[in-house]
Amino acid sequence: MLSKNDKKVLTDPLISNNPIAMQVLGICSALAVTTQVKPAFVMCVSVIVVMCVSSMVISLLRTGLPSRIRIIVELCVVASMVILVDQFLKAFLFDLSKQLSVFVGLIITNCIVMGRLEAFALMNKPFPSILDGLGNGLGYSIVLMFVAALRELLGAGKLAGIPVIPQALIDLGYVNNGLMVLAPGAFILLGLYIWAQNSLFPPKAGK
Amino acid sequence: MKFLLNILEKTKKDLFAPGKPLEKAFYAFDAADSFFFSPSHVTHGTVHVRDSIDTKRYMSMVIMALLPPLLFGIYNTGYQAMLATGGPADLVSCFIEGLKWVLPLIFISYAVGGTWEAIFAVTRKHPINEGFLVTGLLFPLVLPPTLPLWQAAIGISFGVVIAKEVFGGTGMNILNPALMARAFCFFSYPASMSGDSVWVAITRDTKVLDGYSGATALGVALGVKSGASVAAEPVSLLASHGFTFEKLAMGFVPGSIGETSAVACFIGFIVLLISGVGNYRSTVGCVVGAVGMALVFNLMATDSMHGLFKMPPHYHLVLGGFAFGAVYMATDPVSSAATNLGKWIYGILIGVICVLIRTVNPAYPESMMLAILFMNEFAPLIDYYVVKAKNQRRSLRHA
Repeated sequence: MLSKNDKKVLTDPLISNNPIAMQVLGICSALAVTTQVKPAFVMCVSVIVVMCVSSMVISLLRTGLPSRIRIIVELCVVASMVILVDQFLKAFLFDLSKQLSVFVGLIITNCIVMGRLEAFALMNKPFPSILDGLGNGLGYSIVLMFVAALRELLGAGKLAGIPVIPQALIDLGYVNNGLMVLAPGAFILLGLYIWAQNSLFPPKAGK
Repeated sequence: MKFLLNILEKTKKDLFAPGKPLEKAFYAFDAADSFFFSPSHVTHGTVHVRDSIDTKRYMSMVIMALLPPLLFGIYNTGYQAMLATGGPADLVSCFIEGLKWVLPLIFISYAVGGTWEAIFAVTRKHPINEGFLVTGLLFPLVLPPTLPLWQAAIGISFGVVIAKEVFGGTGMNILNPALMARAFCFFSYPASMSGDSVWVAITRDTKVLDGYSGATALGVALGVKSGASVAAEPVSLLASHGFTFEKLAMGFVPGSIGETSAVACFIGFIVLLISGVGNYRSTVGCVVGAVGMALVFNLMATDSMHGLFKMPPHYHLVLGGFAFGAVYMATDPVSSAATNLGKWIYGILIGVICVLIRTVNPAYPESMMLAILFMNEFAPLIDYYVVKAKNQRRSLRHA
């Protein structure tokens, strides 16, 4: 169904060109919303939606878009999408939306979104642009979910709100790791993720 | 010894030599081998600078210098426990009681940290470095004796792997690994690293909150946040809790294992100086900075401020981890500044920041750790500007 090139566009950002692990973009939200799995998941879905739609819109506009005002137009498109997502969350997932607070709004400033619009959507047709947005959104999500799962597990002893540490272990003296709830915990886990990825899938030389 | 040498040589030839089954683990074997005998790979050829000191000698001297606080710490741990429980308080039984608490921590620290060292040495194919001998002993000495062993194990793993090995191993780390291990425990498991109930070795279970509560001298000196009850003078307040200056300096007070006694640390400092391993500049700088900052606070102090503002400077030098940090942590040749002028700046700023955090943010009474880690990060910058200034002067002279 997908051509070889489309497949590459979709799967490259998952690991070998991951926006967080390889390009180290979008770190701010990766640190801020990953204390628990549920809000992190909602954040991932929001980013994927914003990226897909804004990539498509910008790609459609690309031929008629004067390059001098392209950043303003990109911002308008992304901001409108983010407002839509934000309103949707407020209407249907109010509690999680309160937990995410400003960070949904801050998707506008997420470097990955603007970066992909500039680097890909401005010079490609709508369909590959959507795939690119989807791929990068998923790449972002993989790292976010990894960090969030470990932080919630180690920091609070839960996964998606469900306690998973057996009572027997707690009776033996197990205590949750307080550092994981703080932002440095996310930094350390992110670093370990990048370390693991670079060892398992070494980046090609000269890149 | 000949017998042992034969065994080691034979094992090396049969198992660890290139082409033999355990070739990969050669450096793990090498570490054990050179623990008993001095290594056979010595300098040869046209090398003109020959010195009997190498990393191993260097680290051995630091271990020697660590003996006074270590031995005193073991005794004091037992002594505090005996005071609390009313057991026999003679030298021998205190020492034995102390060993029961301190030895497992040291063992865990060496075993877990050493395993990580070995794993990295084998995968990176380099000899196991002796630097860990010191880190592995420094870490337990800055812990409260009641820290659960598994937390100590996680702490030293963090210190070795994240603070040292990911930067490239001994000599490449930016931050002091032993202090990083302690900082990790401090922020991860605050209940077992701070508060009033962890300093006296009665029980390792931190959940038993009705355990013996032994407030540290720093907590006492903080005094009541005054206003209605104008805080007593910190000196008399400390004395009323049994913390006289002599007692604090000698170290017969509750606290982390190795850091209670400023006198023991001072003996260690002398050993470091005589053996030429340590450098006095960072340590003296710490003292100068701390005294200066404490004097500034004394001048600022008004009645409504808490006790630490009014505490005389010499008390700061014997309280908490200051002495231990100034002697053993600030002098770490890897993470401290390298130039002589840089060492002064580095040391003085450690002293200033330590007293600053202690006084202004009493939520972190153990400020020496934070001050040293903070200045570790600035050490390369200090060196950079010291060298740059020197080059500038030189180029002006020859212009």
